[in-house]
Amino acid sequence: MTLLFQEAAHAAAEAGAHGAFHPVAPWLIVLLPLIGFVINGAASMIAARRALPKLPPVGDPHWDAHHDVSEQEGHAHEHGAHPAGHDHDDHHDAHDHPAGPKPWTHVLPSFVAPGVLIAAFAVAVMNFLAMLGADEHGRLTVERYFSWMPVGDFQVDAALQLDPLSMLMTLIITGVGSLIHIFSIGYMKEDPGYPRYMAYLNLFVFFMLVLVLGASYPLMFVGWEGVGLCSYLLIGFWFKEKANADAGKKAFIVNRVGDFGFLIAMFLLFANLGTLNFVEVMDRAPMSLAYGGAVVTAIALFFFLGATGKSAQIPLYIWLPDAMAGPTPVSALIHAATMVTAGVYLVVRSSVIFTLAPVASLVVAIVGALTAIFAASIGLKQWDIKKVLAYSTVSQLGFMFAAVGMGAYAAGVFHLMTHAFFKACLFLGSGAVIHAMHGALHATHNPADAQDMRNMGGLKKYLPVTFATMGIATLAIAGVPPFSGFFSKDEIIGAAWLGAGGHSPFSQAVLFGIPGTVWMGFIGGTLSIAAFMTAFYMGRMMIYTFFGENRTGETERRHMHEGNWTLSVPLIVLAALSFFGGFLNVEEHVPVVEWFDFGQGAALHHWLHPVIAGSESVVRANLGDLGEVHHAAWPIILAIVIGVGGLALAWVMLSGRKLGTATEEPSFRTGFGRVLYNKFYVDEIYDVLVVRPVYALSRVYSAFDRYVIDGLVDFTGRLAQGLGMLAGRVQTGLLNTYAFVIIVGVLVVLGSFVAL
Amino acid sequence: MESFYSGSGILTFLIFFPLVGALAVYFSGDRNARQVALGVGIVEFLVSIPLFWTFDHTGTCLQPTFRGGAQDMVPAAMQNCVATPWIPEWGIFYRLGMDGISLFMILLTTLLLPLMVLGSWTYIRERQRWYYAMLLALTTGVVGVFVALDMFLFYVFWEIMLIPMYFLIGIWGGKERVYAAVKFFLYTAFGSLLMLVAILYLFFKGQAIFGTPTFSYFDFGQLSMILGPREQGFLFLAFALAFAIKVPVFPFHTWLPHAHVQAPTAGSVILAGVLLKMGTYGFLRFALPLFPLAAASDTAINVALVLALVGIVYAAMVAAVQPNAKKLVAYTSVAHLGFVILGIYAFNLQGIQGALLVMIGHGLSTPMLFFLLGMLYERRHSYEIEDFGGLAASLPIFAGMLVFAAMASVGLPGTSGFVSEFLVLLGTFRTHPFAALIAATGVIFAAFYMLPMVQRMVFNALDRPANRTIPDLNAREILVLAPLVVLILWIGVYPKPFLDKMSPAAERLANGMERARATYVALPQSAGEVASMPR
Amino acid sequence: MTAIPLSWTLALSAILFSVGTFGVVIRRNAIILFMCVELMLNAVNLAFVGLAPYAGIQGQVFVFFVIAVAAAEAAVGLAIIISVFRHSESVDIKNFRLLRW
Repeated sequence: MTLLFQEAAHAAAEAGAHGAFHPVAPWLIVLLPLIGFVINGAASMIAARRALPKLPPVGDPHWDAHHDVSEQEGHAHEHGAHPAGHDHDDHHDAHDHPAGPKPWTHVLPSFVAPGVLIAAFAVAVMNFLAMLGADEHGRLTVERYFSWMPVGDFQVDAALQLDPLSMLMTLIITGVGSLIHIFSIGYMKEDPGYPRYMAYLNLFVFFMLVLVLGASYPLMFVGWEGVGLCSYLLIGFWFKEKANADAGKKAFIVNRVGDFGFLIAMFLLFANLGTLNFVEVMDRAPMSLAYGGAVVTAIALFFFLGATGKSAQIPLYIWLPDAMAGPTPVSALIHAATMVTAGVYLVVRSSVIFTLAPVASLVVAIVGALTAIFAASIGLKQWDIKKVLAYSTVSQLGFMFAAVGMGAYAAGVFHLMTHAFFKACLFLGSGAVIHAMHGALHATHNPADAQDMRNMGGLKKYLPVTFATMGIATLAIAGVPPFSGFFSKDEIIGAAWLGAGGHSPFSQAVLFGIPGTVWMGFIGGTLSIAAFMTAFYMGRMMIYTFFGENRTGETERRHMHEGNWTLSVPLIVLAALSFFGGFLNVEEHVPVVEWFDFGQGAALHHWLHPVIAGSESVVRANLGDLGEVHHAAWPIILAIVIGVGGLALAWVMLSGRKLGTATEEPSFRTGFGRVLYNKFYVDEIYDVLVVRPVYALSRVYSAFDRYVIDGLVDFTGRLAQGLGMLAGRVQTGLLNTYAFVIIVGVLVVLGSFVAL
Repeated sequence: MESFYSGSGILTFLIFFPLVGALAVYFSGDRNARQVALGVGIVEFLVSIPLFWTFDHTGTCLQPTFRGGAQDMVPAAMQNCVATPWIPEWGIFYRLGMDGISLFMILLTTLLLPLMVLGSWTYIRERQRWYYAMLLALTTGVVGVFVALDMFLFYVFWEIMLIPMYFLIGIWGGKERVYAAVKFFLYTAFGSLLMLVAILYLFFKGQAIFGTPTFSYFDFGQLSMILGPREQGFLFLAFALAFAIKVPVFPFHTWLPHAHVQAPTAGSVILAGVLLKMGTYGFLRFALPLFPLAAASDTAINVALVLALVGIVYAAMVAAVQPNAKKLVAYTSVAHLGFVILGIYAFNLQGIQGALLVMIGHGLSTPMLFFLLGMLYERRHSYEIEDFGGLAASLPIFAGMLVFAAMASVGLPGTSGFVSEFLVLLGTFRTHPFAALIAATGVIFAAFYMLPMVQRMVFNALDRPANRTIPDLNAREILVLAPLVVLILWIGVYPKPFLDKMSPAAERLANGMERARATYVALPQSAGEVASMPR
Repeated sequence: MTAIPLSWTLALSAILFSVGTFGVVIRRNAIILFMCVELMLNAVNLAFVGLAPYAGIQGQVFVFFVIAVAAAEAAVGLAIIISVFRHSESVDIKNFRLLRW
């Protein structure tokens, strides 16, 4: 460890001297979580084996009598009754709590899993420091490790690219990831599948790091699909419930639709540029691809299709709410802070391509904005606390895409970062709430749903730390200054107004006959409404959960308490980041904000500048200088009004409301609220329009295959048999016939002699 | 030792040692048959491994050939050649040779042999000595196919492989085994007979032109330059049909589901792992190089692309609704091999290398799936998906292996499936972009058929009592699966050694087909066709 | 004395042969079948003998061969019929269709 530190200091010093950046064993960042996976996976397998009963081996002669399928015809299903609502985070059958000290297979992962993450974070920090020491133009390096797919003129290496963007993502992933791992210790350690959980979590971080650190699109795709796999495994972690396994399956398949887009984009890219390495692509794209041309637009749109899958935008967001079936820390890590941001990362990484395709970028921005408001509206009427956060995530991702779609790449990344902080804090906080609720309900054997807000209320008395941290995160997400969310969200909406004023590189693009300026005005309005909704539903969530009277029950309340330090410390850290994180990128020369001196402004902008430079040069080459940007004051005021107003309105409308528990309070039986509660029936629409027809068609094909094609084959067989039977009729067995044939034959032979 | 591997003995050894082993197995009786067979298999595999390192693609061997009546020696880009006269009056030589393509097919076969024996350890309870003898005899035929360079010899080995397979399915198979075995045999033999006619046609043609009878692959290659396009067309059709039935290409695939469902585990393993590759190998070694103009014609390309795409999409959809797990995997084989045909017809290095990798990768992941299903069958005597459910609780290692195999089949990056399918799609995109677009939806369909099956078998509630009391995989079973896991990951993460060894042969084929395509396009009568060809 | 024209002999032979053939094809009784076969053989004999003065003495010699073969064949055939009759109490050949497809 100290050796690495010295190396880092060295590198920083050297870098200062030469301007270049010398990385410090970046491969270690990626490898450490993989090692964690192997260790935890082994522990999980050993633990699983130990838990199994001793059985006679296969091939034992007594075997078959008991296990032939035909024997099972008469057996009825043995099903334990599942009390309503017990299919979320609680999976403890009565027998699953082993008493006594935990075996090493359960203790080891508690150290290994967070340990490798923290170690990876440390190495990342060292590299970050080294990078800081280098000057702006020296902050890119590509470390090649081995040749992965060398096939003729297609050469892809296993290489890691360290530049400001990937460094930032790595810090977020390892940093927030470490906190979530620590939280998981307290949250999941009673679960029998705990080692498996930690193994999957480590594997996920490994793939996510490959995604952001990969130096080429194929390598990024490795991480891209890898996190899809881990998401599948983790969403369906409690696979005994069909609903959970279904959710995991849905996530994987929907993601695959997006992956199809990613693949096509890669092929198009390679066909036109001859390379898939980021550095080379960004160099060659402006020269080989026509600005605004069909090819580059197609590439960008296909990449975006991939992004909608991974980052849950319209039309492929449907897996994310279902993904809440997984353990809450999973939701925090994968579905808030990291995996879902992969799409945004992709767009920013490919900023040159998207800048070359203004129409495609407009599409990205519009879809992002629409998703933002669409998801926010659904979040207004959800009762499950995790569902509220899930739709909130979809909505916030929409904000990020709107940003990058308008060319405000740094703003998108900024919001990505702040969102990682406050959303992870919110999810972990909800996890703490659910943990406490479970504890309470379990103790009294109450079958109520621990995640339904109607069963909560007034929890601020029992869970003060959780309340405080979630409160901070709520203020951040609502966009109340000076919390981080305010700065990042304001920058995005501000970018929309600027774009409407013609200052975005895509302002002049025309989509469906409408110019970019109009679109961006529309986006600005949409995002503002979405932001208002965000503040409202977050306020609603906080009110129903923490304020008012407690609806959980008299006896249950006595068992409700905060979790241990593993649950609280990450919350506190994340809440702090939710507060301070915004100061990393305060815009300079912005009215109101500049009244407060926040030190070096727009740090993130400067930090990311080398990554975005390529895109900026494309803009300069094609559109000329866009001129100075003058920030008006009114957008800032509007943002503050929206944020505070949303929360205030929620308070006014809802804080006095008397709510029944989940069994008492109806779930919106009438009106538009019902539509929102049922998520606009999108899942049902997909089922009718896509899933059922595909299955029906498959069944038709299967029947066609069996009866028509195979029938044809069998027909030839039967034809041969039939002809054979027909020909066999000659063999009558009758002497007369044979004699007759002989005579006829003789006549024929004689006749032929005569004829010839 | 060196000379053994660089010389001509190794191939003969690899071909006939299993046959000798089969005799040994037969005479060791039912009780010891499996041990002897395992020994033979391990020896065969160990002997074949060094070939991987001693393979030198720059090496050539001189092949006697007849050109214009005079006897010449031609350097052929093959290694470990053998050319001894067998029936010289008819120009039949015992002619063997190996290049990058056949190298991996041989290694795949020799790898699967001991695994199959080990996998059948407790599965086969009767007539063991015949069973293992058949398995070994089958290996002989298969290895022979991959190295034969004399058309007659090739045909002999091709047909030899049918009989043990027929017995394997027909005796140790499931309820409708006889139907499946007969169907398999007749269908394949039908195609082969057409191929025989084509071979004989070429033989007589060669005899007329060269003046001496010859069945040599190289002489046939010379002939192809002399044949007119119509002749080439018919001959190509005959060869292609035989191979298309074997691959299997839609619509000649319907024998496969029956054969797989009824076959014992090892039968399915060798069928999916190697026998199907014999069809694609036939395309790569014979159908395309011997009749390049016909293979590069518009009709051939269009038909090949359409059939490959139908295989990829249609077969995947049919797979998704199969209630029988083995049938489901059978249809996925059709889908995967559609990728192979697609890659071959890309006519560029990425496509062909990708196709070869799919051949190898599919030969690892699908046998893994069949092994797993077979292990499950040993416990529950059923392949029906709905008889299972929630197995991850009682069979955690099995579940883990199944998920892994499923991911390899689906083409998850990090496994061989991804590298191979990616290369195929990339190569295809460069020459036939729309075909690649449609084929790329295959990744969606792959998840569509595989994940629900995995979920219904391994996840969900463990609600059938019988599934609770079955033991997890034992050490032997894990040993069977482990090499496959290792290789799948190796090819997925570091495929370079494989790619490097295959690339010269692949490059030769790619260049040859590109030239053929150019020649075809330049032909006067095809000018009209070119204008209407979809790209 | 006028000789019998050859054509008449051959015609008679032909008629007898046809009758015999027709009988072989139509008749169901095995013994009758045999009689028809003998009829065919004798018709052939008649033709041989009739042609002997014109074609050479071999014709008449050949008749001996035919008679010998006919006798042997009749013996064997009748033995078969007897053993078949012992098995199934009937000489109707419709019952002996074991070689049917």
